[in-house]
Amino acid sequence: MFSFHFSKKKYNNIARGILLGSIGSIICLPVYLLFIGSFKGLAELKENLMPILTEAGGMAEFGLFPQYPTFLNYLELFFDKPDFYVVFFNSMKIVFITLAGQLLAGVPAAWAFARFRFLGKQVLFTFYIILMMMPFQVTMLSNYLVLNNMGLINTNWSIILPGIFSTFPVFLIYRSFSGIPKGLLEAARIDGAGEWQLFIRIGLPLGSTGILSAFVLGFLEYFSLIEQPLAFLKDKDLWPLSLYLPEIGLEEAGYAFAASVVALIPAVFVFLLGQDYLEKGIVASAMKE
Amino acid sequence: MVPFLDVIRRSFLTAVTGSFTGIENYKMIFHNQAFLLAAKNTVSFAAVCLPLLIIISLFIAVLLSRMKQVQFLKSAYLFPMAVPAATVVLIWKMLFHKQGILNALLIKFGGTPIDFMGSNMAFWVLVISYIWKNLGYTVILWLAGILSISESILEAARVDGASERVCFWKIILPNLKPTLYTITVLSFLNSFKVFREAYLVAGSYPHESMYLLQHLFNNWFLNLELDKMAAAAVFLAIVLTGFILLLQFLWDERERDEKPEKIRKKG
Repeated sequence: MFSFHFSKKKYNNIARGILLGSIGSIICLPVYLLFIGSFKGLAELKENLMPILTEAGGMAEFGLFPQYPTFLNYLELFFDKPDFYVVFFNSMKIVFITLAGQLLAGVPAAWAFARFRFLGKQVLFTFYIILMMMPFQVTMLSNYLVLNNMGLINTNWSIILPGIFSTFPVFLIYRSFSGIPKGLLEAARIDGAGEWQLFIRIGLPLGSTGILSAFVLGFLEYFSLIEQPLAFLKDKDLWPLSLYLPEIGLEEAGYAFAASVVALIPAVFVFLLGQDYLEKGIVASAMKE
Repeated sequence: MVPFLDVIRRSFLTAVTGSFTGIENYKMIFHNQAFLLAAKNTVSFAAVCLPLLIIISLFIAVLLSRMKQVQFLKSAYLFPMAVPAATVVLIWKMLFHKQGILNALLIKFGGTPIDFMGSNMAFWVLVISYIWKNLGYTVILWLAGILSISESILEAARVDGASERVCFWKIILPNLKPTLYTITVLSFLNSFKVFREAYLVAGSYPHESMYLLQHLFNNWFLNLELDKMAAAAVFLAIVLTGFILLLQFLWDERERDEKPEKIRKKG
């Protein structure tokens, strides 16, 4: 009886593992195809994708392994496509200046929200949350009007500036600040620490989870922005990767695959390093006051 | 926020002369075919996606919660969140093209090919992209909710002879209501971001079954139809705020009802 029960449980576990594993594989399949495609030779890609390109007859196919693996696509990308460096740099500039700005503006703001009581705090906070939740389309016009007045349309600042003052990181960092026990702060204060010292010595170390979560989520968000650059940037040499890549098209399949993989690397890097913080950030962003 | 007040003001003005027109702009958008189509699509998109996403992710989270080594699987599910839409557009085009890979597979297994992007199926392609992208964090949220249910209560129920199924329906599910509200709000708001995939795969004027409010806003913006945009932005803001507050209200009410018998762990 016992052994029967045990084996049934074990069987269930294996079935579960297989089911979850196959769902996971299907989810990762598109990225796998991308990766494989980047190592396929041009001739193979042409042959694979001919029906899509020419819309003549036949169907596209895509072997799960390259027939003759090659680095040529990457060589072409690195030595023949100066455009790519420009857009890659644009993306990096947008992401890192935005994140640095969020850190400078958002961390103190979050500290103020967590530490001080002031008139209308609750209202302001509710307001903040609702603003945070509005999709870009709602604020698009007001952003445009302000940025236009400031003469920033068609510069990278039209993406960076609204990003710096976005409310989401403030909210996330506020969460981890407000988790700091009050007693700890009071004890430090009695020992003669000033507000600045409290912030630097206690706030920042204990709130670092929230800050890093905001960083990881922010990186993934600003690295893949579409709506904002699409609306506010007109010159193609200001474009980030996320607008540039889809322009390449399947006619230059080798280049398109290699460029997409290289563009994916920073995001995957941050994802792998920061997955813990990503998960914590997701959970924290969903918690209710 | 002040700029948005300006948008509210503009929603009552004409775009060209700037004279006051009252609610003309609002009347105009409600008689605008494109707006009605886009609004209808956006609403039906949310109505189809949200339940699908919520149920699939809950199913996966429940299975995951009964396994020991889940870190690797969680990474796999979360991965699409890290993948910028732009980098997989290629693959989407390849998969969903009329003569693309999915259709090649369909034919191989004896089916008839489907014109994914040129028919009402385009809507479903969008649904799939959305679920692909959002499944991971929804699973994480469910999982956090499930793991916050105190193990001792489940243990006690099991000792009393409750089956896994009973445990799920009577203990786990009722305790997940707060998680459900959060997931609904977040997933709904994230559904606006599906524009990225939609735009990159099919451009500004996709098949009409996937023409969303986001496309419309973008096209109005490019055509400088700012009066319509202002009115629609105000309208959308009101609807969304209403939706969020309504959910929050429902949520608070549930919490008030359930407090006495609250059995969730603190923290």
